[in-house]
Amino acid sequence: MRYLVVGAGPAGVIAAETLRNTDPGGEVMLVGGEPEPAYSRMAIPYYLAGGIGEPGTYLRPEPDHFSRAGIDFRHDRLLRLDAAAGQAHLAKGGATPFDRLLIATGSSPAVPPVPGLTQPGIHTCWTLADARAIAAAAKPGARVVLVGAGFIGCIILEALVERGVQLTVVEQAPRMVARMMNQVAAGMIKRRCEQNGVEVLTDTLVDGVAERAGNGEPFKVHLKSGRILEADLVITATGVRPNLGFLEGSGVETGQGVLVDENLRTSVPHVYAAGDVAEGRDFSTGGQSVHAIQPTASEHGRIAALNMAGVESAYAGSLIMNVLDTLGLVSSSFGRWDGVADGEEVALRDDARQRYLQLQFAGDVLVGANSVGMTQHVGVLRGLIQGRFRLGVWKRRLLADPTRIMEAYLACAASPLPAGGAQ
Amino acid sequence: MLRSLHIEPRKCTGCLQCEMACSYENEGVFNPARSRIKVFNFHEEGRMVPYTCTQCAEAWCLHACPVEAIVVNHATGAKEVLDSRCVGCKVCTIACPFGTVNYQQATGKVIKCDLCGGDPACAKACPTQAITYVDADWTGYDRMRAWASRTDAQPAAGTPA
Amino acid sequence: MGWHNKVLRVNLTAGTCTPEPLNAEWAQQYLGQRGLATKYLVEEVDPKVDPLAPENKIIFATGPLTGTAASTGGRYSVITKGALTGAIACSNSGGYFGAELKMAGWDMIICEGRAAKPVYLFIEDGRAELLPADGLWGKSVWEVDEIIHRTHQDPLIRISAIGRAGEEGVMYAGVVNDLHRAAGRSGVGTVMGSKNLKAIAVRGTAGVRVKDPARFMQAAAAAKEVLAGNAVTGQGLPKYGTQVLMNVINEVGALPTRNHRDVQFEGAGHISGEAMHEPRPSDGKPNLVTNQACFGCTIACGRISRIDQKHYTVVNRPEYWSASGGLEYEAAWALGAATGVDDLEALTYANFLCNEQGFDPISFGATVGAAMELYDMGVITDAETGGLRLVFGSAEVLTTLAELTGRGEGFGREIGLGSKRLCEKYGHPELSMSVNGQEFPAYDSRGIQGMGLTYATSNRGACHLRSYTVSSEILGIPEKTDPLASEGKAGLVKAFQDATAAVDSSGLCLFTTFAWTLGDIAPQLDAACEGEWSVDRLLETGERIWNMERQFNLAAGFTAKDDTLPKRLLTEPAKTGPAKGKVNELPKMLPEYYQLRGWDAEGVPTGETLSRLGL
Repeated sequence: MRYLVVGAGPAGVIAAETLRNTDPGGEVMLVGGEPEPAYSRMAIPYYLAGGIGEPGTYLRPEPDHFSRAGIDFRHDRLLRLDAAAGQAHLAKGGATPFDRLLIATGSSPAVPPVPGLTQPGIHTCWTLADARAIAAAAKPGARVVLVGAGFIGCIILEALVERGVQLTVVEQAPRMVARMMNQVAAGMIKRRCEQNGVEVLTDTLVDGVAERAGNGEPFKVHLKSGRILEADLVITATGVRPNLGFLEGSGVETGQGVLVDENLRTSVPHVYAAGDVAEGRDFSTGGQSVHAIQPTASEHGRIAALNMAGVESAYAGSLIMNVLDTLGLVSSSFGRWDGVADGEEVALRDDARQRYLQLQFAGDVLVGANSVGMTQHVGVLRGLIQGRFRLGVWKRRLLADPTRIMEAYLACAASPLPAGGAQ
Repeated sequence: MLRSLHIEPRKCTGCLQCEMACSYENEGVFNPARSRIKVFNFHEEGRMVPYTCTQCAEAWCLHACPVEAIVVNHATGAKEVLDSRCVGCKVCTIACPFGTVNYQQATGKVIKCDLCGGDPACAKACPTQAITYVDADWTGYDRMRAWASRTDAQPAAGTPA
Repeated sequence: MGWHNKVLRVNLTAGTCTPEPLNAEWAQQYLGQRGLATKYLVEEVDPKVDPLAPENKIIFATGPLTGTAASTGGRYSVITKGALTGAIACSNSGGYFGAELKMAGWDMIICEGRAAKPVYLFIEDGRAELLPADGLWGKSVWEVDEIIHRTHQDPLIRISAIGRAGEEGVMYAGVVNDLHRAAGRSGVGTVMGSKNLKAIAVRGTAGVRVKDPARFMQAAAAAKEVLAGNAVTGQGLPKYGTQVLMNVINEVGALPTRNHRDVQFEGAGHISGEAMHEPRPSDGKPNLVTNQACFGCTIACGRISRIDQKHYTVVNRPEYWSASGGLEYEAAWALGAATGVDDLEALTYANFLCNEQGFDPISFGATVGAAMELYDMGVITDAETGGLRLVFGSAEVLTTLAELTGRGEGFGREIGLGSKRLCEKYGHPELSMSVNGQEFPAYDSRGIQGMGLTYATSNRGACHLRSYTVSSEILGIPEKTDPLASEGKAGLVKAFQDATAAVDSSGLCLFTTFAWTLGDIAPQLDAACEGEWSVDRLLETGERIWNMERQFNLAAGFTAKDDTLPKRLLTEPAKTGPAKGKVNELPKMLPEYYQLRGWDAEGVPTGETLSRLGL
């Protein structure tokens, strides 16, 4: 059996390894599009902050990891897919036959059509190459404008502050991390930024970036408000979109991403998709979504590989979740943090100490949460949501004090305690 | 056979000697806040429940780690955090559905139970044998679930909907 | 090491929280907790001060072993001039609060002055601030616990608070931590209330270190073995708690009953530790849910009980259906034998209320007993009680008075005065079973002679925990003495007093000494703390502490005349049991005690004694 895995991010790497372990006799080829060892985007902020070197971002630390594992790792790109012929056309390798193909090509930055936003010297922050360029330009005291305060923007924000730059963040949405945090939580994150000398302009549109007068001259970022920000470095982090271009004419059905069923199969036999590029089952909605997050990538990769190797495995769905560290303020987001129709919610906030916990229920089941300033046992929020555990009497106790979430978990999910009790 | 921590909440008195032993063993300080095992107090029921990583087969933390900083110790079966590789991204802390991987702001790393390399300090410190280290293949998610439903007084709760 | 060398000084008048270094020299002389905090108090507070005046101070102090892995190493004490007694007060508590304070990096908190408006102190590691307690004032200890946890979003915050009793001026209000552990005696909660300080909430994540960790772990492990192997600490206390004593003390004829009219209680069996294990006829469940440990404790004598949901006290009141702190021996005695009530569920309910509103069950029960005697004599009438018929043995009266006292309402305000003030008010001071205003605990000194001297000379008013000669006289620990003989008791009392003062200053629980001698404790202290700590040094430290406390009381106006017992114990012989016909022989013991102490005939430490002890 010839397995071809396209994409060397977490989904691709885990899939290749799972294939190797599940089908020892198969041939596994892993194709990475960037001229780097397989690395993790999640580690880039830590590289930018100077805490780790480039090798610290690698998904697998041993240089000969793939060759020792019997995985044929190549730097190449998928140009076109001829599924009927069982062939993938690679830029360097040419027509490459496969019996099973995994599309794990990830996503790329989506830069809005704003004049001047793609000129030289303006960087996205997505790849290791981007990170190198930013690291070179983000010198202490440099004026930096970060366009976009979504998850990606926020995870590099701290690194930029640590580099000693003078940072302004521009976000068109009314709040930071609008897709993972509600107004209260996002407000606390914004305040943490401001307390650390970061200017955060939400509800703010960029009109354009003027052509630079010359190298070494500052960028002039024009805002809709009329204000002009001068910047030595402009970084865009305005979202990502799945890498699908090469699938044109392949017959593989796409929506936002590559549509996959619960076995991570695409509409074309023997072709699978995983990770950021896949639009698969969404645990919370029951529909299909693209979840560009690390845990989903690794779960997709593993389950797709099992199915490819003939071990029938269904995926219960991806739970959207994120964890963020904003200048020491840890926040998290799970599932339907924005609530469901006819649901109930509870929230506790302490603005002075920047702590917040918000839970969303459907009936007596937890379906979503936002937390700020919580670092202990955060995972049980996932456990309770994804286990769909019925809370019984603990729902009332959580409505009274949501910080008892760990007790609720133990009582309802993992221990021999009666969930009932006295009240 | 790999050994595992066997926890019997009914025997727990809530003395926290396990947390002290854990923090002393791993951090050289008496500090429950740095303990990998935690005792939860259900005061309405008068019950104390020690709780830590079950070294589950699914290993959500390990799979979710973007830099392979969590590895299996094949001698003990423990999933261990390699401090030298952990960047502190906290993805494992949300990926672990048991809530047993925790981020330490003081160090910028995560901590979890590593079975003390095969000689867990918590089990040695427990005065009532509520925590023992036994030859038994009975931890893990399914086992916990089965355990919960078997002893659950209220069928409506503790069972997946 | 052992100590953090850091004290938090809270000026409630000014609203400031200021860290200052611990006086390390004093720590070498007075060890910690009881001894060290008392040293601070005697240096900083005029002994003649009104306990409820802003000039009094209240200190929350840990010991050097608090927050270590030593068994029972979680104790803290509240030190002040007692509201109930006007004497030096030091009330000791377990639970988790003390260890948490130490984990946060503080050895002690000194609170001075008085807040203009109710406040609570919130400590997160090195950060301490006074916050408005508007939403907490008027609330019970249990409500405060819930509100603070919710407000600060951390279930692991440990809280020490007063309930309504402390606000309402109940003279024996206590400070309750972790819902049902209490620094209960002498009115330390009354003092806290007078300062408008509702609660102290602590979260500590800094940890505790010791001088020689490897040696300390060895010493602690060896000492834990001793506790596990001892019949009292390894079996009796975990199973029955201190309630193991109820039947024992009743049998020896030393269970004070109905305000000490009797020395045996016919209902003892119904309210004993054994009874707490018995399935109830009503619901088939025992009163006792489980035993529970305080921080670090490998004994686990704490009782967790649940009241029968059908019992009259809690019918249709589910807020009292949860498990909570159950009856310890002293509480069971005071709420039960002292009042003649043998309804275990009613006693448990009254005990819950003591924890919920923060008042001492010993002083409360004993005061109810005194009031019942006054009612029996016709001195207190229905006119005063608002129609409540204070007859001995009435569970309804007991539980109603517990409700009223906790809220400072009705006749509860009278009960809240304590037996001394109550009996004086009604013209019968002799009926207050107390010394220096503090009610006796659960041992009749006619049947256990040493306890008479213990009570009469206790620096904080009548108390069993200043020299628990019951150990020797009844349990034979460390060696058996005759409870009915007064000979040799002076020396026994002094030895117990000195050793106890040292234990109370260490961060450990006194109950370890059923199994441990100072020889088990010294190696743990020596490995944990700066300085060299031997048994002899601990005994000398204990004696120094005792004499320091004595001097404070003498300066406060107490004299040798106060080293006495109520007339009843000295003149009315025990009616039944082994002690039948006996009175307490205090006059035989006291002169010898003064002599052994190195005090003159007026009970004043001689110059020689003071200089020997470096006072």
